[in-house]
Amino acid sequence: MAGITATQLVKEYPGGVRGVDEVDVEIRDGEFFALLGPSGCGKTTLLRSIAGLEAITSGSLVIGDRDVTNAEPGVRGVAMVFQDYALFPHMDVGDNIAYPLRIKRVKRDERRGTAAKVADGLSLQGLIERRPGQLSGGQQQRVALARAVATRPDVLLLDEPLSNLDARLRLEARTFLKELQRDLGVTTVFVTHDQAEALALADRIAVMRAGKLQQIGTPREVFQRPNNTFVAGFIGSNPMNLLPAQVRESRLAVGDATVSLPPGTEQLVREGQDVVWGIRPEYVRWVTAEEAGAIPAEVSVVENLGASVLIVVNAGDRKLQVAVPEDQEPAPGDRGWIVPQLSKTLLFDAETTERIG
Amino acid sequence: MTSSTVTPPAGRVTAPRRRRADDVAGLGKARAGLFVAPALIIIGIFLLFPAVWTVWLGMTDYRLTGLQAASPEFVGLENYTEALTDPAFWNSLWLTLIFVVASGIVGQTLIGFGLAWSVRNITGWVKALIEGLVLAAWVIPASVASFLWLALLDRRTGTVNALLGTEGAAWLIDHPMEAIILFNIWVGTAFSMQLFSSALSAVPPSQIESAKMVGASGWQQLRDVIVPNIKGHILTNTLLITLWTFNTFTPYLVTAGGPNGKTEILSVYIYETAIPGGQLGLGAAISLIMLLINLVIALGYVRVAQGRRKR
Amino acid sequence: MTATPAKTGPVTSVARNRTVRQYVARVLFAVLMTLVGVLFALPMVWLVLAPFDATPTLSLEWPDWTLDNFARLAENPYALRSIGNSLILGVGTMVIVVGLGALAAYAMSRIRIPGRDGILYALLLLSSIVTGTAAMVPTFQIITQLGLINNYVGVLLVLAGGILPTVIFILKDFMDSIPKSYEESARLYGAGPFRILRDVVAPIARPGLAFISIWTIVQVWGNFLVPFILLRSPDLQPAAVLMYTFYTESGQADLRLISTFALLFSAPVLIIYFVVNRRYGFRFHGGIKS
Ligand SMILES: Nc1ncnc2c1ncn2[C@@H]1O[C@H](COP(=O)(O)OP(=O)(O)OP(=O)(O)O)[C@@H](O)[C@H]1O
Ligand SMILES: [Mg+2]
Repeated sequence: MAGITATQLVKEYPGGVRGVDEVDVEIRDGEFFALLGPSGCGKTTLLRSIAGLEAITSGSLVIGDRDVTNAEPGVRGVAMVFQDYALFPHMDVGDNIAYPLRIKRVKRDERRGTAAKVADGLSLQGLIERRPGQLSGGQQQRVALARAVATRPDVLLLDEPLSNLDARLRLEARTFLKELQRDLGVTTVFVTHDQAEALALADRIAVMRAGKLQQIGTPREVFQRPNNTFVAGFIGSNPMNLLPAQVRESRLAVGDATVSLPPGTEQLVREGQDVVWGIRPEYVRWVTAEEAGAIPAEVSVVENLGASVLIVVNAGDRKLQVAVPEDQEPAPGDRGWIVPQLSKTLLFDAETTERIG
Repeated sequence: MTSSTVTPPAGRVTAPRRRRADDVAGLGKARAGLFVAPALIIIGIFLLFPAVWTVWLGMTDYRLTGLQAASPEFVGLENYTEALTDPAFWNSLWLTLIFVVASGIVGQTLIGFGLAWSVRNITGWVKALIEGLVLAAWVIPASVASFLWLALLDRRTGTVNALLGTEGAAWLIDHPMEAIILFNIWVGTAFSMQLFSSALSAVPPSQIESAKMVGASGWQQLRDVIVPNIKGHILTNTLLITLWTFNTFTPYLVTAGGPNGKTEILSVYIYETAIPGGQLGLGAAISLIMLLINLVIALGYVRVAQGRRKR
Repeated sequence: MTATPAKTGPVTSVARNRTVRQYVARVLFAVLMTLVGVLFALPMVWLVLAPFDATPTLSLEWPDWTLDNFARLAENPYALRSIGNSLILGVGTMVIVVGLGALAAYAMSRIRIPGRDGILYALLLLSSIVTGTAAMVPTFQIITQLGLINNYVGVLLVLAGGILPTVIFILKDFMDSIPKSYEESARLYGAGPFRILRDVVAPIARPGLAFISIWTIVQVWGNFLVPFILLRSPDLQPAAVLMYTFYTESGQADLRLISTFALLFSAPVLIIYFVVNRRYGFRFHGGIKS
């Protein structure tokens, strides 16, 4: 088992694109670590740099207590599950799982034995003789996992391993993956662009954008205290409401309305400063009778989410999303008030987009 | 030799490049060089070098036998002036032109397209039979094919004379050019037929159907839908057929260039000059002229293909 | 369904005109197809029938069935040996070309070499230009200089040089289409380049390799010019050259021998070709023979 430490890691592609740009990250031993970000932000590049499939342009990489910056991939003790699984089509499931052992010159009987054992552990009994082409997507994914863990790697790398599965299977595989990782205790780095997946699985999450790290933290931290407006907008199944605002007389002018400053930010802002006010739709209430701190609003769109309803309201000239329990569902055109939960509001600098406080 | 070629889609030269796989196997430049070297060395010595060597050889009086075989002398452009002022050369070039146009561009392309067009909607044994026969003519070794034609056109007991009741007609002597043209069509049509078959099957049926819906006749469909769709294939086909027909040596097996040089197309002329005639230097000079003509044809094609892309 | 007579009248007449036209067109089409079919069939039928005729002539006739011709052919010292020679040349060229071609294609597919596609394309074009008769003289001379005249090594190398560009071109296409994640995952487990080539790339490219092997043999099988120019002794000649000498050099052509030999010589490529054709479709037809 081993932790991973990347220092000032840069991967520049020919042509000058920086896939990974000065990334510092420390992944702890046995941790389930997610790399999260929009398409093209460099998640795969970072993962492949850790694996050694991309030569690092500058910076250093340590796995366990060895500096592997320039090491061949085969000696790093990493295993990887590719997005397309990369199961060899000309080998059956058993041979696929046993392939890493074959490279390590383990005898045939022994490696078939190990393969069978690993396969059992991943509920692949009875499929040992099949070719990858004869398996379902979920089974293929488990074979790929089995092959990756068969050699007991120090580090397991997963590149969007769930994205080829349909929505229901994905939930199942998610649980499965979590259990497997806990049982093996292997340091796991997991690439995804699905924030829900990252929140559900990871011990810690690194959010990336354009090759740069935006924030590293536990799911709770990145959800509740995003470092900047990008993370705030990216995390959460309903993106955070981010409204331009201005500090006025120790309060916040958001369009026509004024609200209190988020707790703890009073000393950090100056009069007249342009800021961004953030509040998650889940932390705003919709009420039909006026109360303290309420802002008048009108419902314009109602989206059904099953157990709850997401409404878009116009408050003055600003639009907000509000999550409402199903039994309080308003109709478009209804007038009422919205009440933000003050302790959950956040403030960001309008220029740097960094969180204030 | 092997006028081998895959069918590169027209304009491939300029096709947008897809992102290439990197060095995923960790090959490294040095090892990659080792992998490539043996093949490149063979290609270099036995394909590139002869091409370049031709240039030097063409400027010597090198001969197969005699004094000049031992110590060939540099004669500058003498061979070229000799070739270019020899009426036999111009005659041979003219014959080649007739041969290429009649048997290659017109014969093989038109009959090949006609066959592909005709059999596209029929199925079953008729299609299999026709395609099979045409393909077989293409596949059997050249020396067998030429013998079959010698038998077919034989003066005394040939099948053609027997069928037409023209006993004693010496086709290969009275009409040698027509004979090798037909022979070359027979041998080569399969290529165009297959190329056009696959091209035709790739024309979106919806386009043909829309043309039919507005009442276009078969001819109009051909002109307005099919031909624009398969332009690239027509271009590729024409280039390859032209080059192959230009370079083919097989007619030699039927008429040996005769009678009286009436079928001495350029490839045969070079052979006759260089090997039985022993004038290797002169032969090389003519080879180089032939290479240049080939190059011009190929470049012309690339031009046209590029022009087509840009539009 | 009822329709008024006034309406059905013109409709049926249009339909009738159409059917007549279609009928005529169909007959014309059938006649034309038959003619073309006959043109292509005549020589071929002779090839198939004459060997089984006790007294074959040059014209097409119903045979007086016998298998004696094959027995006689077996006794001819040159005939069978020449087929063997063709096989040696075919397989020899195939081994060189597939071995070296696969290595080169793999490296070219995986390493960025500036201008690689252009070079490959130029080589391909050159191979279809130079290998005709144009390079006959220098090729002959180089082989003479190397002392390889009348030697299989010379023939094999010249054939390989002409075929390799096409082989590399086709195989590179195959290898380009192999997802790189296969090799990457093998590499993660510590497999070196040769290992990856053997365990992963070769098995996945197997259809391509098989096709190329067959294609090469077919190419060499029918090749007349190279052995014709580079070989001297009759015992070394492959079938393609022997076939030619059979009907040009013997004073009175022995049709029983020639026809039987022609069939025996053509049959393998015909069979191979039609099997390959069925399996791989047109994608490769362009190269199978010219
Ligand atoms: N081989 C390459 N050559 C040049 N640029 C590349 C290469 N591979 C990736 N890039 C670029 O590097 C950046 C990061 O790519 P990367 O594949 O790491 O993104 P990603 O976060 O994994 O995206 P996705 O979610 O779509 O998989 C992108 O801008 C991409 O275009
Ligand atoms: Mg990716």
